[in-house]
Amino acid sequence: MTTPIAAYDIARSPGCPFDPAPAMREQSRQAAVSRTRLWDGSTPWLVTGHAEHRQILSDQRVSIQPANGTPRLNPGEAQSTSHAAPSFILLDDPEHARLRRMATGAFTVKRVEALRAPTRRIIESRLDELVAGPNPADLVEAFALPVPSLVISELLGVPYGDHEFFQANSRIIINRNSTGEQRGAAGQALAGYLDGLLGQKLAAPADDMLSALAARVTAGELTRAEAVGMGVLMLFAGHETTANMIALGTLALLEHPEQAALLRDSDDPKVIAGAVDELLRYLTITHGGLRRVALADIELGGETIRAGEGIVVVNETANRDPSVFPDPDSLDLRRDARAHVTFGYGIHQCVGQSLARMELQEAYPALLRRLPTLARAADLDDIPFKHDGFIYGVYRLPVTW
Amino acid sequence: MKVTIDQDKCVSAGSCVMAAMDVFDQRDEDGVVVLLDPTPPADLSDDVHQAAAVCPALAITVED
Ligand code: HEM
Ligand code: SF4
Repeated sequence: MTTPIAAYDIARSPGCPFDPAPAMREQSRQAAVSRTRLWDGSTPWLVTGHAEHRQILSDQRVSIQPANGTPRLNPGEAQSTSHAAPSFILLDDPEHARLRRMATGAFTVKRVEALRAPTRRIIESRLDELVAGPNPADLVEAFALPVPSLVISELLGVPYGDHEFFQANSRIIINRNSTGEQRGAAGQALAGYLDGLLGQKLAAPADDMLSALAARVTAGELTRAEAVGMGVLMLFAGHETTANMIALGTLALLEHPEQAALLRDSDDPKVIAGAVDELLRYLTITHGGLRRVALADIELGGETIRAGEGIVVVNETANRDPSVFPDPDSLDLRRDARAHVTFGYGIHQCVGQSLARMELQEAYPALLRRLPTLARAADLDDIPFKHDGFIYGVYRLPVTW
Repeated sequence: MKVTIDQDKCVSAGSCVMAAMDVFDQRDEDGVVVLLDPTPPADLSDDVHQAAAVCPALAITVED
């Protein structure tokens, strides 16, 4: 007699917008490795424990390539092909490593440190505009979205003037309810746009990442299509995630004023860095489920995952694993949260993580210091949370100061 | 304490540099880890162990 397998559901409960979905938490309490039932009736493995999360994502016998049979988490995904989220994020090694290593030079800790001062200037000028504008205002539109969009535009060499176009298309790609057709069209629109830009960089190179990719095309190390795919991936992965983190993190800080005070009043970079990692852990905006498929039989958490079986790896429960993070449900900016898995783990762990961390380390303190009276301008219940996103966050955050 | 790295495994995430700047660095061209100090002093032990623990590629080994 087998117990029925619970349906896969990441929707957080309305009263607890910062906590993982109740059913997911319950399942993780019962077992670190279990099964889940998807919309199409398939029953892939669900990995919810912290140790198991890291173990499976660093196992070389798992694949991320959809053609090998990774789980499809919604109907839209089943219809769409790879161009919605292209490039090395959907490739296994050695192809993955070859392409990834052409991008990683731009994100070393040293290179990112050099972007700190320019990022600070971007933040200050957005804050100038915010204070000069209407009060209350929507923090997403006025601050959370423009800051990372400006930073990634500059790094890539994409004109920020086109932000409405690339933001709108990125939004379609990460909406769980988009159809395959919509997602494919958005991916193609971005690819067409990046291809045009790449052409310009080939003719007139500048000091930016697209120009560096263009030089590799000229040198024959990269095809033009591969370069475009990488550009789309960077542009799209580089702003939405961080934007969601800025807005949702600010909301969480407003709900925990004593914690916000710690960030506002500290001038110790280590304290600020630690606080940002704790916000990343606590909020786990990447709750969309990391998809893999086993290429061989793999022992994990007392179970045997058979070759060919799908796996969904859950960041948000791993980040609340009490054996790694004592009292995991409380936001404690002083704890050591560096073992969180919000950026994933293994060979696909986020390329842009040092950039994202730096942006967040600059954004929260600057905002809290510039607007010490910052407050929510809507009831928590009326704030539109992204329950339909692969990446969690808020659509709007009305604030006053 | 003896530290070894595996540059082939490294995925250039930079977490080791953030944990222990005096021991790890990254190559400019592709961010791959560079070992600055294979036998770091004992007072860096916590940082070095932290670096090995957060490395997503299991590319760092520490022998005490
Ligand atoms: C708070 C912000 C961010 C979060 C939470 C985040 C999270 C993640 C996660 C969980 C993955 C792994 C996906 C998987 O294993 O299936 C990933 C991969 C990736 N991220 Fe991020 N990310 C953030 C910001 C950024 C930024 C700013 C950039 C780029 C400029 C970026 C670029 C990428 C790329 C290119 C990959 C694919 C890496 C690979 O497949 O090897 N991300 N990110
Ligand atoms: S933490 Fe690991 S993967 Fe990241 S740079 Fe250091 S050695 Fe490489």
